[in-house]
Amino acid sequence: MNIIVCLKQVPDTETQIKIAPDGKSIVTDDIKWIMNPYDEFGVEEALRIKEKFGGEVTVVSLGPKRVTETIRTALAMGADKGILITDDALEGSDSLAVAKALAAAIKDLEYDLIFTGQRGIDEDQGLVGPSLAEMLGIPHVSLVVKVEVAEDGKSVKVERPVEGQTLVIESPLPALLTAQKGLNEPRYASLPGIMKAKKKPLEEKSLADLGLDPSEFGEGARKLKILEITPPPERKAGKIIEGETPQEKAAELARLLHEEAKVI
Amino acid sequence: MDFSLSMEQEILRKSVREFAENEIRPVARELDEKEEFSYETMAKMAELGLFGMFVSEKYGGQGMDYLSYIIATEELARVDGSHAATVAAGNSLGIGPIYYFGNEEQKQKYLPKLCSGEALWGFGLTEPNAGSDAANSKTTAVLDGDEWIINGSKIFITNASTKISAGVTALCRTGTRDDGRPELSCILIETGTPGYEARVMHGKMMWRASNTSELYFDDCRVPKENLLGPRGQGFYQMMQTLDRGRLSIGAMGLGGAQGCFEMALKYAKERVQFGKPISHFQINSFKLADMALEIECARLILYKACWLCDNNKPFTKEAAMAKLYCSEVMYRCANHAVQLHGGYGLMKEYDVERFYRDQKLLEIGEGTSEVQRIVISRLIGAV
Ligand SMILES: Cc1cc2nc3c(=O)[nH]c(=O)nc-3n(C[C@H](O)[C@H](O)[C@H](O)COP(=O)(O)OP(=O)(O)OC[C@H]3O[C@@H](n4cnc5c(N)ncnc54)[C@H](O)[C@@H]3O)c2cc1C
Ligand SMILES: Cc1cc2nc3c(=O)[nH]c(=O)nc-3n(C[C@H](O)[C@H](O)[C@H](O)COP(=O)(O)OP(=O)(O)OC[C@H]3O[C@@H](n4cnc5c(N)ncnc54)[C@H](O)[C@@H]3O)c2cc1C
Repeated sequence: MNIIVCLKQVPDTETQIKIAPDGKSIVTDDIKWIMNPYDEFGVEEALRIKEKFGGEVTVVSLGPKRVTETIRTALAMGADKGILITDDALEGSDSLAVAKALAAAIKDLEYDLIFTGQRGIDEDQGLVGPSLAEMLGIPHVSLVVKVEVAEDGKSVKVERPVEGQTLVIESPLPALLTAQKGLNEPRYASLPGIMKAKKKPLEEKSLADLGLDPSEFGEGARKLKILEITPPPERKAGKIIEGETPQEKAAELARLLHEEAKVI
Repeated sequence: MDFSLSMEQEILRKSVREFAENEIRPVARELDEKEEFSYETMAKMAELGLFGMFVSEKYGGQGMDYLSYIIATEELARVDGSHAATVAAGNSLGIGPIYYFGNEEQKQKYLPKLCSGEALWGFGLTEPNAGSDAANSKTTAVLDGDEWIINGSKIFITNASTKISAGVTALCRTGTRDDGRPELSCILIETGTPGYEARVMHGKMMWRASNTSELYFDDCRVPKENLLGPRGQGFYQMMQTLDRGRLSIGAMGLGGAQGCFEMALKYAKERVQFGKPISHFQINSFKLADMALEIECARLILYKACWLCDNNKPFTKEAAMAKLYCSEVMYRCANHAVQLHGGYGLMKEYDVERFYRDQKLLEIGEGTSEVQRIVISRLIGAV
């Protein structure tokens, strides 16, 4: 079973995001970068499937050189090889362009399954996985929390929660799955793993290597344009509900939720 | 000059930090409260590969450099001193002497299980009447045919009385030198050897989830081959071990100080008194600024000492400086952190309380601050 996992490097959730002077991007200078947590679920699931069926796990990422660290982290967790698509012309690409570059890098590889995260925690778009599947012409299921590959390795049964219920979906392979929280508990990159990762193959590819036209990528080619980024609104002070008895307080809470907050 | 860490060191730091946050932070307070050594977190630390970090792969180690080991220790100490102690003592004091001074047979016999973390090993230097003055050890080992007969006792020995403690390296008097001074040698004594008893010490103020032991040797017989390295080299071996060990105590000071700083900064930004976050009062922001400054200096001095060590240059003086400085930085940081927490900093609900206690050992273990100053004074030629 050969599995591909797409990785994105994103700002650490603890990082304080600062908006850049252009008002359309963020300051990246002192950001700590991590592997997108949803992609980590993908890596873990791929490793578990490999442990059961054998085969190889390849991680593919796109971004500047610093992304090498994220790929090495996945290799330290146990993935076998990495590909980094890196090219100055990619700077500022939208999700569709990213999917196009990933598809070009993946299409000639041998694979049975592809994992992506259900979304990147930076821009929260959730577009790359499904777009990539479409471009590769394979089925996809998004937001999966359980994956069971059939014994014969020809199909996969996955669970996907929807409000109040769980959909059980079967798909032939190859297929693309987008990983959701709950799929698994990712392992840590162990110390022996980190040392082994040093020697694992990591290939870099430019747009030219992939036979792609740089004009279709980057800021200028965006179909989705970011007009402005604004900080989240300041949180207003909380309100303490007064009342003599718990019943009174509950009644007042219900009234406020209904009349002021208008959520019930 | 290049201050950047290698990519492996960056990945290592993130991985150990995440591990410590997820696996140790949630249990540290309770283990401290119960004064309990956790076999569960021990097993998890072993699985991550935290034992045998600087030992070559040949003996089951990770083959990393010393700085990597220090970074891992720092990250553990950022979350909990006891766990950092188990790992630091396990590596520097348990594994170190056997790795650096053992013969091939001893290394093959002990290192694989110590590096996998299945077993722990103690470093028996301190005695009730020989602390700072460790050369004054009274424990004796007399050669009788093919065996050493050991008599005496050791105190405060880390990792020597857990259920997985496999033995101890003990400094013993094996005779008298030509100059009339005692001949000191290190001998490996396995747990379970008749006449050897290791008792857990209770009632510690700090490192309460780390195992500390009193050892008794009563006509304890071990094979002659259990001598570590050449006879008469024991004190020198122990001092060499401490040079490296001090770097890991430094790492605990640095990591602990970092932990204190982060907790204090977060709290001070959230705690509102007189209508503003207390971090906005200059006396408090200056405390935080001083902490950040001193942590930066501590990291530089410690990493430089590690760099010397990794590049096979003399580092005894820098190790003493790093140990001394990092532990005193943590002292000031823990003090500021508790102060910034006000009354809450005195309560067990807040981890700064534990850091405040755990800090104190760093100024005492592996050579007190005074002893470090003695070492530095000598090495700068003042005395
Ligand atoms: C939790 C814990 C774990 C430990 N783990 C180990 C271990 O694994 N292995 C091991 O061998 N030991 C271990 N120790 C022992 C530790 O190294 C000693 O406690 C330390 O070396 C100090 O010795 P002492 O306690 O006998 O104090 P003393 O030597 O009696 O010192 C008391 C005071 O006198 C000062 N002093 C002593 N001599 C001088 C001098 N010449 N000039 C100026 N001041 C001086 C000291 O600085 C100190 O302030 C551990 C201790 C603790 C508390
Ligand atoms: C064991 C114990 C017993 C106690 N007993 C009593 C008791 O019997 N009765 C009682 O009423 N209280 C009692 N207290 C409460 C004690 O008086 C308070 O803890 C103390 O006044 C500090 O308040 P705080 O803990 O809210 O800290 P905070 O006021 O939140 O202070 C946190 C930090 O901010 C600093 N800070 C706050 N404001 C400023 C400012 N304007 N400028 C500069 N720095 C500032 C403080 O100095 C401190 O370092 C007790 C507390 C303890 C721990």
